[in-house]
Amino acid sequence: MNKIVESADAALDGLQDGMTLMVGGFGLCGIPEKSIAALVRRGVKGLTCISNNAGVDDFGLGLLLQTRQIKKMISSYVGENAEFERQMLSGELQVDLIPQGTLAERCRAGGAGIPAFFTPAGYGTEVAEGKETREFNGKMYVLEDWLRADFALVKAWKGDRFGNLVYKRTARNFNPMMAMAGKVTVAEVEELVEPGELDPDEIHTPGIFVNRIFQGKGYEKRIEQRTTRKRN
Amino acid sequence: MALTKEQMAQRIARELKDGYYVNLGIGIPTLVANYVPEGMNIVFQSENGILGMGPFPYDGEEDADLINAGKQTVTLLPGSSIFDSSTSFAMIRGQHVQLTVLGAMEVTDTGDIANWKIPGKMVKGMGGAMDLVASAENIIVCMMHANKAGESKLLKKCSLPLTGVKCVKKVVTDLGVFDITPEGFKLLERAPGLSVEEIKAKTEGRLVVGSDVAEMIL
Repeated sequence: MNKIVESADAALDGLQDGMTLMVGGFGLCGIPEKSIAALVRRGVKGLTCISNNAGVDDFGLGLLLQTRQIKKMISSYVGENAEFERQMLSGELQVDLIPQGTLAERCRAGGAGIPAFFTPAGYGTEVAEGKETREFNGKMYVLEDWLRADFALVKAWKGDRFGNLVYKRTARNFNPMMAMAGKVTVAEVEELVEPGELDPDEIHTPGIFVNRIFQGKGYEKRIEQRTTRKRN
Repeated sequence: MALTKEQMAQRIARELKDGYYVNLGIGIPTLVANYVPEGMNIVFQSENGILGMGPFPYDGEEDADLINAGKQTVTLLPGSSIFDSSTSFAMIRGQHVQLTVLGAMEVTDTGDIANWKIPGKMVKGMGGAMDLVASAENIIVCMMHANKAGESKLLKKCSLPLTGVKCVKKVVTDLGVFDITPEGFKLLERAPGLSVEEIKAKTEGRLVVGSDVAEMIL
């Protein structure tokens, strides 16, 4: 078993115009920096990107907005991103905003083979418009369907050639669910280790969900809101 | 005198109970963490995947892989845990988080809340707010009593798109503390030096005032 590919570019083999991608990360934390850079180089267009956020103007998915490669974003919060705002207001970019927990669960459901589920989030709001609702034990719920992707692009801290992954701190976020929901899941890692080096008890994403893995070099890991306190 | 933001946070901190798991929204709610009573154990949840979130790191100790839901660098306390987004919202939807404090643009006397979208303005998204308000057993809204134009934010009906319906239990504003009851906003405490009449004049929603409304003790 060897899922290692030599580069981010090789990992995206088969990724074409018009495909649906899942892209891990929360803000700029835990985003697949190297795969995003490879998407820019590949020049594929008309992409639908499922990602909690849309990056900032010059980093993360913002890079793919600059190059007009994204047709539609499915996100929970799109934050401060001037180019995103411009494309959204001009109608160039379609945006589907959905509650964060619903987004996470729709990805998980996609990976777990559950076509739909009921959630209380969004009941009575515009999010529930046109969707089936149902009462359970006196409370109302909204039917939400699964999300699946042609490619899922995730970022982990460590991984091995079986595709087993370990994430670091809050860089985990959406990556594990998205890894489950891709027809082709590409994992980029900071450290590629030998099988056996990762403790089986501590693996977050079992390798079965991962199709291709590569080691990225020189991660920028940009911080969006650097907040500190002074030492006394 | 109307309360300062710090005083509002201080008042909300009095709602904390030992052993609570608490999710604090962005803005004034975040300040509540500064007023946890000495000796009380509170575990703060951040919906991007932390239980046991600590204060901001010291200068030079920031970790790009460790942020809160507001994308700010944070630290972990002993006993903390990290998890994925699906697990995080299982905690929220599954009602394992005992208290949620969040800001709002409008709240109604039946507990509806609007805090994510202003028509005609750039919409940034609801983030985790809809999941939080739809599921929490105990939601406190923390906001200014009136908007910048001086109009009441405590209403009969929201004018903005809703985040959730019939979910808010308590509202703390710069003017007072209110429970949401079947009869409307019940004034529990008023800001020091403020009269019931002043609060009435600034509340558009149904207001219930008992015979003796105490002044807030801070």
